[in-house]
Amino acid sequence: MPYTLCFLLFTIGLLCAVVKKNMVKIIIGLMIMEYAVNLFLIMLGYRTGGAAPIIDRTNINPEGLLDPGFIATSVDPLPQALVLTSIVIGLGTLALMVSICIRTYERYGTFDITQIRRLQG
Amino acid sequence: MTVPLPVFVALPLVTAFILPLCGDRYKRLATLLANAAVLALLVLAITTIGKSYSYQVGRWSIPLGINMVLDGLSSLLLITISVVSAASMLFSVRYMEQYTAKTKFLSLFMLMLTGMNGVVLSGDIFNLFVFLEIASIASYALVGFGCEHEQLEAAFKYAVLGSVASSLILFAIGLVYGNTGTLNMAYISQAIQTRGLNHGLTFALAMFIAGFGLKAALVPFHAWLPDAHPAAPAPVSAMLSGVLIKVLGIYAIARLLFNVFGVSDTVGWVMITLAVLSMVFGALLGIVQWDFKRLLAYSSISQIGYVALGIGMGCVLTAEGKLKWASMALLGGLLHLVNHAVYKALLFLASGSVQMATGTRRMNRMGGLAAKMPFTRLTCTIASASIAGIPPFSGFWSKLILAIAAIGAGYYWIAGIIVLVSVCTLIMYLKVQRYVFLGELPDNLRQCKENKGTMLVAMGVLALLCITMGALVLVPSLKSSLLDPAVQVLIDRFEYSARLLAGAN
Amino acid sequence: MKGMTVIVKTVSSWTKVLIFLFGIYIVFFGHLTPGGGFAGGVILACSYVLLLLAYGREFAEKNLSLGTASKFDCAGALFFAAIALAGFLYGSAGFFYNFIQQQYLAGHNTAFKLVSAGIIPLANIAIGFKVGASLFMIVILLSAFRPEMSGREKE
Repeated sequence: MPYTLCFLLFTIGLLCAVVKKNMVKIIIGLMIMEYAVNLFLIMLGYRTGGAAPIIDRTNINPEGLLDPGFIATSVDPLPQALVLTSIVIGLGTLALMVSICIRTYERYGTFDITQIRRLQG
Repeated sequence: MTVPLPVFVALPLVTAFILPLCGDRYKRLATLLANAAVLALLVLAITTIGKSYSYQVGRWSIPLGINMVLDGLSSLLLITISVVSAASMLFSVRYMEQYTAKTKFLSLFMLMLTGMNGVVLSGDIFNLFVFLEIASIASYALVGFGCEHEQLEAAFKYAVLGSVASSLILFAIGLVYGNTGTLNMAYISQAIQTRGLNHGLTFALAMFIAGFGLKAALVPFHAWLPDAHPAAPAPVSAMLSGVLIKVLGIYAIARLLFNVFGVSDTVGWVMITLAVLSMVFGALLGIVQWDFKRLLAYSSISQIGYVALGIGMGCVLTAEGKLKWASMALLGGLLHLVNHAVYKALLFLASGSVQMATGTRRMNRMGGLAAKMPFTRLTCTIASASIAGIPPFSGFWSKLILAIAAIGAGYYWIAGIIVLVSVCTLIMYLKVQRYVFLGELPDNLRQCKENKGTMLVAMGVLALLCITMGALVLVPSLKSSLLDPAVQVLIDRFEYSARLLAGAN
Repeated sequence: MKGMTVIVKTVSSWTKVLIFLFGIYIVFFGHLTPGGGFAGGVILACSYVLLLLAYGREFAEKNLSLGTASKFDCAGALFFAAIALAGFLYGSAGFFYNFIQQQYLAGHNTAFKLVSAGIIPLANIAIGFKVGASLFMIVILLSAFRPEMSGREKE
């Protein structure tokens, strides 16, 4: 059930990127899509009633190995590493697209994509 | 002497971050450094011929760690990337003097090269995604480099469509992780062999084909290419059209289809449909263009259709069990990939040379440049003959092998379409030759002169390769060292994962 | 771009130092608590962005100029690459190998202490430099947008 909501958010972002005419709104739609995918990745690792995957002194038993109770209740840390990387990539793309958008406003004087149509054919 | 694989990624990355320290005052030093790095990568890539090994990063063994894998297909693509990027970098020494901020251009170029090398060498699916993003974002910035009206519009369009593709690919990676529990391509392949494809994995495969197809500009997803490739500066167009769409798109699809997911009839026919649509639309739309680089961009769409046709036919024929014809189809596809990289790069560099001399890209305002720019005309003619498929040049052999594979497998209509699209390509390039080089010289172009220096060296090297690359198929020792291992890696589908897992245990 | 009122300027001059210190804490303890290079770098950049918002663009540029930020950026990336390539001193299979942990700290009981985990804190510091400098440069360059300039190019 939560995965369906993720997919719905993805389609809302895609719809916004396709239908809107203002460049800034298109960029917002793309970012909604990227965050929907990040949310999906985090939800993959979730375990109901789980704990954060941070090891503390209380999770190590006297021989120095990891407590099996910790492994049984913690959520999966791998998707969290994937999402960290993905957020950084999203930030880079956002910075680039906003700067292209600003330069386009300086050249054309409008944010409307129906008026930025010099390339034809 | 085996080169540790991270060097292919670390060398351009370190160069990309040393270059801004030089700043604008030491432009010559920066150019020298960048050229030296690219030539060093070319030498290192040539030493990888015939070897195949894997490298565990940080001495963490898989599946806990990330590995980088070099096999025949990666080696072929590394050499192609290095040759085209060396030629583009040599060309850009003189061409990029027209733009300001040349060191930033060189830095972005090296980042794009890092991304492409990383995609080809990666053995882990998320690592492939990260390097794909590095290469894509660097290319969005390079397309809009001149900051004129058309370049910004083209860069925005390319960035939006590229972001949609990346989101689709990341969604599919999430689905694959959720269904198999691992990110390493060898382990995913093993899980799929034991458990088969369920609905989640099939949906992930569909999203992969959509996402990577968008990066490769196959036909329903091609809308960004005719705007992005003409707007970019000429060396960047050569890199984009020559290697980026192939490495990020076709290599990733081939690796996933053959080595990870396993071939099937349906997927192969989907690829063949997309490929045939690309070939036909690209050729027909290219004939009516009057902008030189836009015509070359539509021609790129058409030729990528050829490569995808080779991959698709190889997929269908492997699934049906006719391995001899499948390996011939894959050989044709991969040979066309390498050929197209070389001659399309040469064509874009020639168009950049013409643009730098005349200041325009519209073919109906040019004419009679054959007398003023003889070297450019010679190399452009060699490349046009090659792309149209005229016998001793390199393009003829790859199209011949694809047509023979199509006829041998019984698909006569595919062979007919290959020949028809070749005729359309010939028409396109005859138009280029007639309007740009033959005919009358208009008055405002009487002062233009031939370009000099490293631009001619770069174009000359690529032209020489166009003439001699037919030898890749005809000379048996070259074929068995370069092309056959690449085809073998794809045909032996699950050998890839078996070899890596046996080596790890 | 202009700055803000005197109250905002005074309070922000006290809090920017605290924010910077918090950013350094997140970077240094990245191997023990959540955070690490990227999150700490964003907080470090935020302290300079606070300076930009409160005092105006010229003051922020005088405080940390774009050229210096660019050099910090490259230095961070090159430091990270140097850490990764230093593993090659221990054999050719050693790219990114955690040589400090395995060679020098292996015998000692260094669990949950600040000086532990080998190259990871050094990598966090390099990434903190790079991300902080990059985000600061992005915000300064994007804040140079002047809407009255756009009317001239319209045709």
